[in-house]
Amino acid sequence: MAGVAPPGTGTGSGIYRGNGPRLMLPVWAFIGIFLVLPVLLMAVYSFLTKEFRGGVIWDPTLAAYDKFFLDRGLFGDEPPVIEWTYIGIFWRSIWQAGLATLFCLVIGFPTAWFIATRDVRTRSAWLFLVTIPYWVNLLIRTVSMKFLIRDTGPLNEFLLWTGVVDGPLGLVNTNLAVQIGLFYSYLPFMVLPIYAAVERYDFALSEAAADLYAGAWTTLRLVILPVVRPGIVAGCILVFVPSLGAFLAPDLLGGAKTFMIGSLIEEQFKGAAGNWPFGAAASMILLSIVLGVLLLYARSQAKGAR
Amino acid sequence: MAVATDLRRFAGFRAMTVLCLVVLYAPLIIVAIYSFNASSSITRWGGFSFKWYVDVFTGPEAPKFRQAAINSFAIATGAALLSTAFATAAAVAMSRAGRFRGKVASLALINLPLMVPEIVTAVASLVFFITIGFTTGLMTIFIAHIVFCIPFAYLPISARMQGVSDIYEQAAMDLYATPWQAFRLILLPLMAPGILSGFLLAFIISLDDFLITNFVKGAGVETLPTAIFGSVKQGIKPNIMAISTLLLCVSVVFVTLSWIIGRAGQSRK
Amino acid sequence: MAQVDSSGGIGIAVDVDDVVKRYGTLTALHGVSFDIRDGEFFTLLGPSGCGKTTLLRCIAGFEEVSGGAIRLHGEDIARLPPHRRQVNTVFQQYALFPHMDVLANVMFGLLRRGWTRRDATARAREVLALVRLADFAERRPAQLSGGQQQRVALARALAPGPQVLLLDEPLSALDLKLRQAVRVELKQIQRETDIAFVFVTHDQEEALTMSDRIAVMSDGRVQQIGTPREVYEAPVNRFVAGFIGETNLLDVAIRSVDGSRAEVLLPGGRPFACAAAAPVAAGPGHLSVRPERIELVAAGEGDLTATVRDHVYLGTDIQLHARLADDEAVVVRIQNAAGSAIPERGAEIGLKLEAGAARLLTD
Repeated sequence: MAGVAPPGTGTGSGIYRGNGPRLMLPVWAFIGIFLVLPVLLMAVYSFLTKEFRGGVIWDPTLAAYDKFFLDRGLFGDEPPVIEWTYIGIFWRSIWQAGLATLFCLVIGFPTAWFIATRDVRTRSAWLFLVTIPYWVNLLIRTVSMKFLIRDTGPLNEFLLWTGVVDGPLGLVNTNLAVQIGLFYSYLPFMVLPIYAAVERYDFALSEAAADLYAGAWTTLRLVILPVVRPGIVAGCILVFVPSLGAFLAPDLLGGAKTFMIGSLIEEQFKGAAGNWPFGAAASMILLSIVLGVLLLYARSQAKGAR
Repeated sequence: MAVATDLRRFAGFRAMTVLCLVVLYAPLIIVAIYSFNASSSITRWGGFSFKWYVDVFTGPEAPKFRQAAINSFAIATGAALLSTAFATAAAVAMSRAGRFRGKVASLALINLPLMVPEIVTAVASLVFFITIGFTTGLMTIFIAHIVFCIPFAYLPISARMQGVSDIYEQAAMDLYATPWQAFRLILLPLMAPGILSGFLLAFIISLDDFLITNFVKGAGVETLPTAIFGSVKQGIKPNIMAISTLLLCVSVVFVTLSWIIGRAGQSRK
Repeated sequence: MAQVDSSGGIGIAVDVDDVVKRYGTLTALHGVSFDIRDGEFFTLLGPSGCGKTTLLRCIAGFEEVSGGAIRLHGEDIARLPPHRRQVNTVFQQYALFPHMDVLANVMFGLLRRGWTRRDATARAREVLALVRLADFAERRPAQLSGGQQQRVALARALAPGPQVLLLDEPLSALDLKLRQAVRVELKQIQRETDIAFVFVTHDQEEALTMSDRIAVMSDGRVQQIGTPREVYEAPVNRFVAGFIGETNLLDVAIRSVDGSRAEVLLPGGRPFACAAAAPVAAGPGHLSVRPERIELVAAGEGDLTATVRDHVYLGTDIQLHARLADDEAVVVRIQNAAGSAIPERGAEIGLKLEAGAARLLTD
C-alpha cells in the first residue's frame, strides 16, 4: 500500500484548466491538415473526372464509382450489368483478412492464455518473446517469410530432403502464401490484447464453474471466453483492419491472381496507367468498410460496458 | 491422493504457444543464419562468413544504403521527437485540462491515423502534397511520419498519465510551486517513463514504415525500407539479409530498452 | 511571513465568511461561516458528502468559491491560486512526491518560497526531527511505512511555517492501533508549533479527542460549532445528536415551556422536565438521551417501561437493546461492574432518565 498513487480527484489542480485547446493545437493542426484534409480531398477526387497520366479534371462525375460497380461493355454503350472484377478483389481481401483473423485467433488465444497463466517472472519473459517480432520491421518480416517459403527456399529444400514432397511446393504467388504472410504479419496484434484481458481474468470464476460441475472445456466456452471477449474482439479488429488494406504481403508473396485492395489502390496512383478518381473511389469504399467495422466494434464495447 | 486439477491448464495450449513462437521466429532466424552464408547462391550453405556484412558497408550498393539509413534514422529521430512532444501536450490536455470544446473529437483525431487504412493514408497524402504544390522529398516524409507516430507516442504517455494522480501537482501548488514549476518538477519526472516509451515506440514505428514513405518520398529519396523493397523486387540478395539482420538487432535493442524502462517506471510507481 | 493583523480581528487565523460552492446546479456549500482562532485545533466533522473536504479545498485554493470570502489573518485569499496562499495541506493519501527522497519532499515548499538550499536543508532537518524522522531523510517515500509517510507529509506541510495547516483525513489510511497513537502525537505537535490546524474527519471519536472546537457539518451547512463537550452534551438538533456518539431519540409531546426548560410527555404517558436546545412551542418533539445516561430500575418504576430484546457484550459495558410499549427502540449501556444484574431477554424493565442529561430537540 505504501507508495500507491492515490486516485485523482479528477478535477485537476486547475493548472491546465482552460488550456486544453492550446495544448491540443499541435495535434489538431498536424492530424487535421495532413490527414483529415487529404482524406477529404480524396473523397472529393473520387467524384471528379480522370486526367490521363495521373491527376484529375475538376468536372464532377460518378464515373469512378460507376466503373467500380457496373460494367457497360467495352465502349460503354451496353446496358449496365454488375462489374464483378473489383467487387471480387474486395471480396477476396475481406475473405483473406477474415481467414487471417481466424487463424491468428486459433493460435493467438492459446498463446495469450498460456503466457498469462505463467507465474509473474516467466510471464514477462514469454511476453517479451512475443513482443519482439511486433517491433521488427514488417517489410523485413515479409521478405524473410518469402525467403523461407519460396520454391528454392529452406522450407522447400528441407521438405525435399526429408522426402515429404518430391517437387517444388509452388507456394509463392498463391492465395495461401498471401494468407501465410497476413497471418504472420499480424499475429502479435492478436496475442497482446487477449493477453491483457486474460491477465485481468479472475480465476475464482473458473473455480466457481468447476465447483458447479463444469469441465475445463465447458468452463472455457461458458465462462472464460465470454469474460475475456473484449480482448478477443480487440485482437480481431487489430488483425482484420490492417489485413484488409495490406500491401506488402500480397505484393511480395502473391501474384496477379491474389490481387488485393491495397495493390488495386496503389496501381491507380503509380505509373501511367493510373486513374486517380477510381483509386480515390476504391479508397473511400475501403475506408467505409473499415469505419463500419470500427463503429460496430465501438457499439459492442459500449454495450459490454453497460 | 487425487491431485487437484489446475484450472489454468488446457491441453495443447503449450504446444500452440510453441507453434506460435516458431512461426514468429523461424523466418527471422533463418534469414539471420543465411546472412552469414559464404556462398553467393543464397540457398546453398557455403560456410560461415561475414562477407555480406562487409558488402553492406563497402559494396557497390553501400552508398545507396548508407544514405537510406541516414535518412531513415534522421526522420525517425525528428518525427519521434516532435510526435512525442505533441502527444505529451495532448495527454496533459486530455487528463488535466478538465472539459473543453472538442475534447471527445480530439481523442478520435489522435487515433485517426490508426483507423484509416495505411494505403488510404499513403495515397491521400501523396495526392494532397501534389495538390497543394509541395515538392515530395524528405520534408513530406517527415510530416507524414509525425502524423502517424502521434497515436503511438500518445498510447504509453496517456497510460502513464492516468496512473499519475493530479494530487502530486496539487501538493506542489500547495507548497508554493508555480504552475510551470509543478509541471517541470513534478508531472514531467513522474511521466518520464511513459514519455520515453512513447518516444521509442514512435521511433521504431517511423523506422518501420514502408507504405506511406513509398508514396510521399518523391523520386530519388530513399529510406531503408523503400531501398530494401526496391532491391527485393529484383530478387532477395544476401546483402539484403545482412541488412535485415542488422535492423532486427536494432529492433531487439529498442524493445529491450523500452522493456527495462517500463519495468523501472513500474517499480518506482 | 509576519502575521499582519488589521481588519481580521485579533487572534483570528481564518475567517470563513458566507462561503458558497456550486457545481453546476448542485450546491455543495450553502453559505458557510465561522472563525478559526490562532493556535486552535479546529475540526470539520461530518459524514462523507457533507462538504467538509470541499470547504478545506476552498481554503487551500484547489476549488474556486462561488461566493463569499475566506480571510487569512484579515486578507481575502478566496481568489488567489494555491501557491499564493500561506496555508499548507496534509493530504489524505499524503501525496509525497515519489521521485524525491524525504528531505527533498520537505524542502520543496521552502525552495519555492525562495529559501537558499542551505537554509532549507537545515530547516527541513529541524522539522524532520520534530516528527522524529531525522534518520529517514535520504529514504524514498515508497520505503517508508504508512505511519512514517504520514509524518513526512506533516513535516513537509509544516516546514514553510504556514499560517494555517489543513489536514484532510490524514489518519484514515492508518490502521486502528497506529491511528490512536498518532492522534496523541499530532495534538502534541500542534501545541508545540502553535499553528492553527483545520482538521477534516468523519470519525467522531477522532474529533472529540483532539479538537479544541468542532464544526459539525451536513448537507453543505454547519449544524453546530462548539467544544467537544458542547456538541456531545448539548447537541442542537437530531443530526448532531445522532452523528456524535450514540443516542436515543424518543418521540415526545411538549406540554409546557418555561424559557429554556420544558415539560414533555414521554412515551407511556409520564411527564418529564428537560432542557430545550432551542426555543420551543407546545407540540411534538424529540428527546435525546445518551444510553449511558439511563439508569436501570425495577419494572414499573422510573420514567419508561420496556422489554429487553437483546444484549451486546462490549467488555467494559453491556449494551441492552429494549423496546417500549409502542415498539420504539431504546438502547441502554450499563457498566460491566461486579454485581451488576443483567436482565434476561424478554424481561420487563423500568428506565430512569438522568434529568440533566436529556435534551429536547425539535429539528
